[in-house]
Amino acid sequence: MKAPDFDYLRPSSLDAALAMLAEHDGEAMPLAGGQSLMPMMNFRVAAPEALIDLADLTELRGITVDAGTVRIGAMTRYAELMSDATVQAHIPLIGMALPHIAHDAVRNRGTIGGSLALADPAAEMPALMLALDASIEVTGPDATRMIKADDFFLGMFETALDGELITAIHVPVATPAQRFGFHELTQRHGDYALAGVAIAQTDDSYRAAFFGVADRATRVPELEAALKRQDDMKVVLTYLDQIDFTDDLKANHTTRQRLAGVALTRTLKGMTA
Amino acid sequence: MTGPAHIFDKPNRYIGKPEPRADAARLLQGRGRFVDDEKLPRMVHAAFVRSPHAHAKILSIDTEDARTSTGVIAIYTGADLAEHVTPYVGTLTHMAGLRSAPQHPLAMDVARWQGEPIVMVVATSRALAEDACELVDVDYDELPAAVDSETALDADTPVIHPEFGSNLAWERDVIAGDIDAAFAAPGVHVVEREFRFGRHTGVTLESRGTLCDYDPSEDQLTVYYSGQAPHMMQVIFSKHLGLPEENVRVISNDVGGSFGIKIHTYGDEIATAAAAKLLRRPVKFIADRFESFVTDIHARDHIVKAKMGITGAGTIVGIDFDDLTGIGPFSMYPRTSAIECNQVLNLTGAPYVMENYRAKGRVVFQNKTLMCQYRAVGHPIAMAIADGLLEDAARKIGMDPVALRELNLMADDSYPRTSATGMKLDDLSHKRALRKLTEIMDYQGLRADQTEARKDGIYRGIGFVSMVEVTNPSPMFYGIGGAPIASQDGATLRLDAGGALHVSSSITEQGQGTNAILAQVAAGVFGVDLNRVKVTTGDTATTPYGGGTWASRGAGIGGEAMLLAAQALKDQVLEVAGVMLQTGVEKLDIRDGAVTDLEGNERLPLADLARTVYYRGNELPNDLNPELIATRHYRVTDFPFVFTNGAMAAHVEVDTATGFVKVLHFWAVEDCGRVINPLLVDEQIRGGVVQGIGGALYEECHYSPDGQFMNATMADYMVPMASEMPDITIAHIETPTKTSVLGAKGAGEAGTGGAPAAILNAVNDALSPMGASIWQMPMTPERILTVLDKAAE
Ligand SMILES: Cc1cc2nc3c(=O)[nH]c(=O)nc-3n(C[C@H](O)[C@H](O)[C@H](O)COP(=O)(O)OP(=O)(O)OC[C@H]3O[C@@H](n4cnc5c(N)ncnc54)[C@H](O)[C@@H]3O)c2cc1C
Repeated sequence: MKAPDFDYLRPSSLDAALAMLAEHDGEAMPLAGGQSLMPMMNFRVAAPEALIDLADLTELRGITVDAGTVRIGAMTRYAELMSDATVQAHIPLIGMALPHIAHDAVRNRGTIGGSLALADPAAEMPALMLALDASIEVTGPDATRMIKADDFFLGMFETALDGELITAIHVPVATPAQRFGFHELTQRHGDYALAGVAIAQTDDSYRAAFFGVADRATRVPELEAALKRQDDMKVVLTYLDQIDFTDDLKANHTTRQRLAGVALTRTLKGMTA
Repeated sequence: MTGPAHIFDKPNRYIGKPEPRADAARLLQGRGRFVDDEKLPRMVHAAFVRSPHAHAKILSIDTEDARTSTGVIAIYTGADLAEHVTPYVGTLTHMAGLRSAPQHPLAMDVARWQGEPIVMVVATSRALAEDACELVDVDYDELPAAVDSETALDADTPVIHPEFGSNLAWERDVIAGDIDAAFAAPGVHVVEREFRFGRHTGVTLESRGTLCDYDPSEDQLTVYYSGQAPHMMQVIFSKHLGLPEENVRVISNDVGGSFGIKIHTYGDEIATAAAAKLLRRPVKFIADRFESFVTDIHARDHIVKAKMGITGAGTIVGIDFDDLTGIGPFSMYPRTSAIECNQVLNLTGAPYVMENYRAKGRVVFQNKTLMCQYRAVGHPIAMAIADGLLEDAARKIGMDPVALRELNLMADDSYPRTSATGMKLDDLSHKRALRKLTEIMDYQGLRADQTEARKDGIYRGIGFVSMVEVTNPSPMFYGIGGAPIASQDGATLRLDAGGALHVSSSITEQGQGTNAILAQVAAGVFGVDLNRVKVTTGDTATTPYGGGTWASRGAGIGGEAMLLAAQALKDQVLEVAGVMLQTGVEKLDIRDGAVTDLEGNERLPLADLARTVYYRGNELPNDLNPELIATRHYRVTDFPFVFTNGAMAAHVEVDTATGFVKVLHFWAVEDCGRVINPLLVDEQIRGGVVQGIGGALYEECHYSPDGQFMNATMADYMVPMASEMPDITIAHIETPTKTSVLGAKGAGEAGTGGAPAAILNAVNDALSPMGASIWQMPMTPERILTVLDKAAE
């Protein structure tokens, strides 16, 4: 469990980082908090020629509010999100979810950008982005583009990134018309969830994003529509059939579906006022 | 001679006091010295190519490319090392019929479990050694694997050692009374269940590791070793590497947890010693977490079909069971892998009066990691069988489980006696322990709460276990079987010129506080301040000869040796003092670092006495030759083991929608005889309970049908963590064992032995309104949902 040899690069600007990425032509990987990448390298699951440490890129830092949108730099750590007044005031869902992401030591290093770029199907952040209808700002050698969270996660550990870096996350400021809910089921505190859901309700419409259930964080439009219609919960839950639930050692797909239903039911009971 | 009472009652006694451990500050400041902290000149590092298959023929090994990889010093195959290391076989003569095949440090022609070491690479760093491992090309012919213990004996299952004709390693029957007649008697109810106990493992904070240094000029091998039994390993290295025993020195400095994992012969460690000898330079091997999961011994792996017969009035008439234990492809050397099953056969139902007993044990080979002695060997199985069935029977006849135990537990005044299986029992207190337990947990209050909560759809359960624990083993455990495992331990005390004590002992410290209790016994019995005692353990060159730490024997055996040695040194010192002070020894004592009169008035500081002896011997009569050093050894003689007992209870809540179990509170009343340090004993029990909760609810080594270990990471293998652990309340009953002056029995394994049964019973109590019950550990959410679904059908 020692990583194979690699070069360590520490660019001081976004342009320099992008140039390095391009130069290594797919053989270099960006390093954010290292909480997923370093274990992957030690297991020799990832063996990049070079690591491009994003630590010094001021372009990827900072939390600002502008025109009804909170912009969160990709290198913002979970711990910073937890203590940030802007995030607390404008994105209550993040505050609800963060205590469930790992433990202090991991939250002190892990970043929002790293979590989204990794696209772990059981991670909380991707589901949060879906529920919040966030946009991911990504920058390549030629351009910066905005990708809707709905279009960003393509599969297990797969995203729409194409030789680009995530530079920031844009989340709409919460409005008085919105309510939020979050629930996840883990046997041990801080573990990846067996099933979980994040919900943003705007007036009578819902965005409900499940995580830990399939190959990626997942919304089910028919289920959201059923919630809007205020269908009986029994009916709402039938739309979970549309998710291709994961089978693994901790829970088979039947159990997962059942747990997703429990998570949904409990979330709806505990939505913010 | 100073009498026993005096030891425990004197003013500056330490035995029984909650003294904080002296080494805690050092360890917390990061100044511990674990194997990986040792760095020697010219040291190189080992990594291993391990079998990716559960069962495969090794057709060829190509090391060509690896040899030229950066930093590579040497590469060894099984055949290379076989020329320098003799094979070993995990059998003992007193385990009649037990068979196992010769094992080599690296597999020879066939790989028999995923993770078995095949090729060793030695390089200038561990990372470079791993790089080279990737370049080793092993050509395997994958063979069908025998994975499932249930089918291990079937005719169409591959036989792992063809020379044996089957995968049976060992079997034993234990029969007392007439179980069939007892069960057939009128008015007898029989409950029957099939228990499944998954495999789990020790997950020590410090993984296994060894640094071997060979000096050819003296033919001397020095081994820094993360382990529990240095003298046993000295014999093993000597025997299998062909070195004189005295030329092997095994040093175990700080050890970060062991739990029975670090007391066996591991191929990678033996290979590391062999490489050091061949290369004539230090070689270090530190198991990484993946290697730990696939090579550290696993625990449990039992399938048990069991019945208990009980009269309508609640008298247990007998237990009948069949235990099938899977041990991997070999019996572990030198302790063997049959002891786990043997303990189940011996201990099931041991707290209860029972006339009839029938047990069959079968131990089978499989293509999985080796299974062997882990904390509370066999105990959780034995306790879960008897107490699981007991509470099942209580539900059946509609009797309270505590009342049912009261009726069947051996009476506290009925010892010495034997159990149904012939175990010699003495100094036990089952009934007092159970009564104390129900008091401290407010049993009636909890039952009322349970009834209330059920009205709101909240399902809480209360479960108990009454248990015994095997501690302080005599030579009957391993010694008679021919294993190089000492059953006795020794202690040496030396009074230094400054009046301080230097003590050493052959028992060892892995984090449980061994050194702390040795210091307490030495200081208390001899009569100096605790901070004037320096303790050395874990070094075959500097400590007395002994067995080390396992089977909850450290305090009981090593502690007694220290007590005897401290008394002996005290007698010596008083003899000198008597001469120097012209006073009869019977009028003198030692307290607070000084020779005193019997009222405690200081007559002569120990430093003055020692300086006179060491520096100014001319002031002493010529016929007085004080040594100021004493050694005593101790072993248990009259009993094969010294049993302890305990009563434990769990309070759990089962979320019937998710199958999640929350342990709300855990209580343990333990009788480990004399408590030397309540802080340490309580933490031992708590730690043990946590490991028991792990086995009951979380920990499992998952294998695929073809024998792949599926969850060999800390993300996928779930150890219990602080957030989920309940408050664990501990209380004691102290019935000192009559086998020693100290009167201490073991306590190290009680929690692990008892907690799973208590948790199982609590979960089943919670599930009982739904008519559901679960008999498989760990009790995962999915398994609980499954039994709930079945009951709802
Ligand atoms: C013990 C433990 C428990 C954990 N539990 C949880 C949990 O419960 N929930 C959870 O969600 N996560 C959990 N994690 C993972 C943790 O959240 C990680 O921090 C996160 O997934 C990745 O963030 P990072 O900043 O560490 O990224 P890194 O590990 O540095 O990088 C992850 C991946 O993203 C890429 N990357 C990083 N930043 C960028 C960027 N700006 N642009 C493009 N690509 C980028 C990297 O190249 C790499 O491929 C846990 C981790 C540990 C060690």
